[in-house]
Amino acid sequence: MTATKAPTEPPSTPRVVRRAGDRIFAGSAKGSGIFILLVLAGVAAFLISEAIPALTAPAEDIPGGEGLASYIAPLILGTLLGAVLALLVATPLAVGIALFVTYYAPRRIAAGLGYVIDLLAAIPSVVYGFWGLAVLAPALVPFHVWAEDNLGWIPLFAGPASTSGRTMFTVGLVLAVMILPIISAIAREVFSQAPALHREAALALGATRWEMIKMAVLPYGKSGVIAGAMLGLGRALGETMAVAIVLSGGAGATLNLISSSNPSTIASNIALRFPEATGLGINTLIASGLVLFVITLGVNMLARWIVNRRADFSGAN
Amino acid sequence: MSTSTQSPVRVAEDPRGPIRPQRRLPRYAALGLYLAGIALGAALSALTGFSIALTVIYGVILGTLAVYVGARAVEGRRKATDRLVTALVTTAFAIAMVPLVSLVYTVLDKGLARFDAQFFTNSMFRVVGEGGGAYHAILGTVIITAVTAVISVPIGLLTAIYLVEYGSGRLKRAITFFVDVMTGIPSIVAGLFAFALFTLLFGNDVRLGLMGAAALSVLMIPVVVRSCEEVLKLVPNELREASYALGVPKWRTIVKVVLPTAIAGLGTGITLAVARVIGETAPLLITVGLITGTNLNPFDGRMATLPVFAYYQLTQPGTATQAFLDRAWTAALVLIILVMVLNVVARLISRLFAPKTGR
Repeated sequence: MTATKAPTEPPSTPRVVRRAGDRIFAGSAKGSGIFILLVLAGVAAFLISEAIPALTAPAEDIPGGEGLASYIAPLILGTLLGAVLALLVATPLAVGIALFVTYYAPRRIAAGLGYVIDLLAAIPSVVYGFWGLAVLAPALVPFHVWAEDNLGWIPLFAGPASTSGRTMFTVGLVLAVMILPIISAIAREVFSQAPALHREAALALGATRWEMIKMAVLPYGKSGVIAGAMLGLGRALGETMAVAIVLSGGAGATLNLISSSNPSTIASNIALRFPEATGLGINTLIASGLVLFVITLGVNMLARWIVNRRADFSGAN
Repeated sequence: MSTSTQSPVRVAEDPRGPIRPQRRLPRYAALGLYLAGIALGAALSALTGFSIALTVIYGVILGTLAVYVGARAVEGRRKATDRLVTALVTTAFAIAMVPLVSLVYTVLDKGLARFDAQFFTNSMFRVVGEGGGAYHAILGTVIITAVTAVISVPIGLLTAIYLVEYGSGRLKRAITFFVDVMTGIPSIVAGLFAFALFTLLFGNDVRLGLMGAAALSVLMIPVVVRSCEEVLKLVPNELREASYALGVPKWRTIVKVVLPTAIAGLGTGITLAVARVIGETAPLLITVGLITGTNLNPFDGRMATLPVFAYYQLTQPGTATQAFLDRAWTAALVLIILVMVLNVVARLISRLFAPKTGR
């Protein structure tokens, strides 16, 4: 990409002709870039300005009657719980898928298999919600019962087991399916770029395929997998419709994954309450949205920072 | 496949001994062991009343174990670990296929019930029970997505041009970084942004199709920028230099040389960006709302959109519950079809408009 700059604006030439067309075009291109930065700043600014009434309102006026902090805290817990569960399930699977597509599947069909995984990312989140509610939740009810009976001593599975399956556990699995393509796409990209010399050297020394992957591919791809997982985490934190449809939320803070009373998540709470909210209710929801924005922004910036540290694998090279 | 490329012989650890051929499992033995494990799993689950889920769980565990133990006994520890990982990795891929297949099957199964002409020609105006359709919602989705594209494509494309052709230094790095960060903005936050913006501009309780388009643009612009940037970077520098050498101004070089060369990739990227936003629900839910009649004017009042229509049909069914559920699933099916068609179109574009590079 540095090469593209070379022919422009040679500083040594004394007379650079600046045509009007050039100035207009360059200006509008630069303007668009700056506009994007302004939009991002605007997102923060407008959210803050609409959240201020909720921040300054007396505690008893906030929905729930106990102030903003105790309104948002269970939501933050629910958001983190679902997203972390999704991440724990999806990351090992995604790494496995990426390895399968890059190094195990027959060469001829590998690209097609990768495309099939990418299709998972194309399905709209509301459809995932439909599927989670109609298929996954009922299918997981037996597991909920089993977990209560056998894992009940762990607080996460304390029960009583939900009879509908619309629990934080189910939500975590739906979210895991949704972030699977994101993590595996990035993992695939880094794995496939592991230096061929290292790989061939490992094989030439008699390593089995797994030993080659362990020695040459995984160390190279580690930061990519971490970054992909963080991007997936960001997506899972902000996922709205699937959670809103599947989860029977609204209860207070609890770590119990399998009971029918779960904390809602920030995003799904907004989607469920916003259409009917009025006055200060809207401001409160926007304040919770601001919290979500800050959390996801932090996660994404961290992920991008990790990716950019290893600028080698950004597409066109 | 490439197991066969690995050395079939092993240099004996003992330098005095002869080179022994390594013992290997027969070609399909690993697969056979795995299937035997799954059969055992089925038998085990049949003990407690047969269930598919238990069969799969027991089967995967037993199959993997069988492969490992079998390989360990015949081939030794290192080969056995290799086979274990192969089994695990293949299983991971198979597991990922389960939700995809299940989802597509479910949506087809339930969605085809109302996949008829009435669904595409009627709105929900004065429909309380059976009948009705998503004519208004489909048109609303098309209109709002079109407005979104009209806003996002010029901004995104120009930004990509800036990043590739003009940008340098701090500003370029800042834009690249924040565009990346923007791709991670939750869709609901984009909706809240549009709501806050239009509330400040037009007062409370404003609901416009344009609001939805503004929210979707926040989600679409970074996608357009990223994909267009990658494509523009691929345009060979020689083309630009040849054009400059002929005295063509830079902006004409970009418009007449760079963009036509990259047109296939740009079309693909933009189509995929449209596919990305066409199924977005949350921002439309809080900015555009839903109506039962047909409103085709994005500058005036609430509109119906397909994802929001599907959501409300599912979650707020009236007295004729089944009719509402049928409409919801058909709407989901139409939505998936739209997204898939866009994906196919994107691939066709990159195939049909690819620059002719043959000499």
